[in-house]
Amino acid sequence: MSDLGLNSGASPKFTGPMRVLGDRSERLRNFLLEYAHSPIAVAGGGILVLLLLIAIFAPWIAPQNPYDLASLSILDSRLPPGSESYNGYTHWLGTDGVGRDLLSAIMYGLRISLSVGVLSSLFALMIGMFVGLFAAYTGGRTENIIMRIVDLQMSFPAILIALILLAILGRGAEKTMIALIAVQWAYYARTVRASALVEREREYIEAARGQRLGHFRIVSRHLLPNCFAPLLVVLTVQVAHAITLEATLSFLGIGLPETQPSLGLLIANGYQYLLSGSYWISIFPGVALLITILSINLVGDRLRELLNPGMRR
Amino acid sequence: MIAFIIQRVFQGAAVVLAMSLIVFVGVYAIGDPVEILINPDADQQTREAVRQSLGLDKPLWMQYLFFVKSALHGDLGTSFVFNIPAIQLILQRLPATLELALTATALAILLGIPLGLVSGLNDKRWYSRMIMAGSILGFSLPTFWVGLILILVFGVWLGWLPVYGRGDTVRFLGVEWSIFTLDGLRHIILPAFNLALFKIALFIRLTRAGVMEVVNQDYIRFANAMGIKKARLLWRHILKNIMIPIVTVIGIEFGSVVAFAVVTESIFNWPGMGKLIIESINHLDRPVIVAYLMVIVVMFVIINLLVDLLYAGLDPRVRLGSSNR
Repeated sequence: MSDLGLNSGASPKFTGPMRVLGDRSERLRNFLLEYAHSPIAVAGGGILVLLLLIAIFAPWIAPQNPYDLASLSILDSRLPPGSESYNGYTHWLGTDGVGRDLLSAIMYGLRISLSVGVLSSLFALMIGMFVGLFAAYTGGRTENIIMRIVDLQMSFPAILIALILLAILGRGAEKTMIALIAVQWAYYARTVRASALVEREREYIEAARGQRLGHFRIVSRHLLPNCFAPLLVVLTVQVAHAITLEATLSFLGIGLPETQPSLGLLIANGYQYLLSGSYWISIFPGVALLITILSINLVGDRLRELLNPGMRR
Repeated sequence: MIAFIIQRVFQGAAVVLAMSLIVFVGVYAIGDPVEILINPDADQQTREAVRQSLGLDKPLWMQYLFFVKSALHGDLGTSFVFNIPAIQLILQRLPATLELALTATALAILLGIPLGLVSGLNDKRWYSRMIMAGSILGFSLPTFWVGLILILVFGVWLGWLPVYGRGDTVRFLGVEWSIFTLDGLRHIILPAFNLALFKIALFIRLTRAGVMEVVNQDYIRFANAMGIKKARLLWRHILKNIMIPIVTVIGIEFGSVVAFAVVTESIFNWPGMGKLIIESINHLDRPVIVAYLMVIVVMFVIINLLVDLLYAGLDPRVRLGSSNR
């Protein structure tokens, strides 16, 4: 824990590249060991890795391609979980209204949900990081104006901003991504600015300035690496938020289009059959969504415990 | 204090104006409602006539000026679909949404704060751990998904509660209310609980954190040593000190409850303005979209203003801080 402080406080200029490398892998190992002290966080991490693998390899491991219309038969529609289709295939999680195998649909849906969530969060991270660092490094009036905008945006709930944007832009994959990015960037900006404010007063920044290094170099090589840990925590939390929000918007019919059925859309499609008792069409994609969000949150909570210096002291 | 209020009012007005521009340009620059409103077989002449009657043939800036002028007169256009004034449509639906949001907030306070107190005062007990685990679930579960489960369990499987609409309403102070009829109350339980769940989890955490911070302070220990009655200690010394942040958060969160009502209303077919906006987006009913967004932005600015004032009133340190600036 203290080696983090040592590394940034003492002159890092005089440590050779080998030394730094060794330090890093050692730190990573210590970090993983410490992470493993919480069994529930390890379980969350394990499930998350499994879900990621399923999402990445969905087209190869799914029992059926749910969007290949030729392989669908209306005779198979709304089969309860575990029943056999007329060509002898067992649908473990049942089928939906048009006879799609739900297990396969969920695997594909997970792929869409995760990629939309992760991509939009990464974009928002980059924008927020840039804005936050810029604000903190420039200071003065620019910083004031930027932070006012950030505060103003954060006083509106995320779903409302997304709703406004989608009401304006209309439904669609890129439009949903834009809405998700617009909703999230302010969190990163605020986080990175908060840590950059502390870091910019430290001696190593002063030393870098004294050496007349360029602004870009100071910010990117010296300031940013020392502000990164809190950003990582916010990133995990925000990915979970983004996935939830996308599912909600898609459920409402204003998010992703029908051609890109994320978990939220799968749940929405099953909603019409819920009242007639075909619960599985909505419930199983919902369970998949829930497991995804919970496992991300478990990992995020553990990361916050380990990386947030405020909680350790 | 007065300077602070004036400053905040101006700031709020600026936000409303900026939003009106963004919303108007955004909503009117995309899509073509004429395509949806009239028969696809209609000829060019009919299209032009409809376009003119809706004022869509004028340049955008003219439409905006006209829009601002009418908005100041309380006229936000006429719904393309319902053919009645958009603002009237929104205001008709507003009581249903407010009723739902207020009930949900009340539920969140009545459940969240006592549960938070219990778990904060006995933080090592098994039931405190249960409460905390429950609040983590409350944070993680998406609102719409909880709504589905509530419908499935209480509506479909058990058949205990209705899951569709408002039920019987009664007229009181000029608007229809569900909470004053037995049938209406039965209808509001599930949607209100659904909407409240996230806030219950939030209030549990807030109260618990506040209690745990306060009980270790010297004045509580001294009060305890003096033999003050448990109830008095709880009400006068603990609750009073943790209420400032909680009251503020209740105020801020009320806005978010209204925003999230969009989800709950759509699931439970609650005829509020949230359900209306989703339908309007799908129908590209632009006057209604614009009217909804303007009403909600104004509402938010007012809520934020009230919360700021409340906070400044409750905590003298805020007032001092703002006058120093």
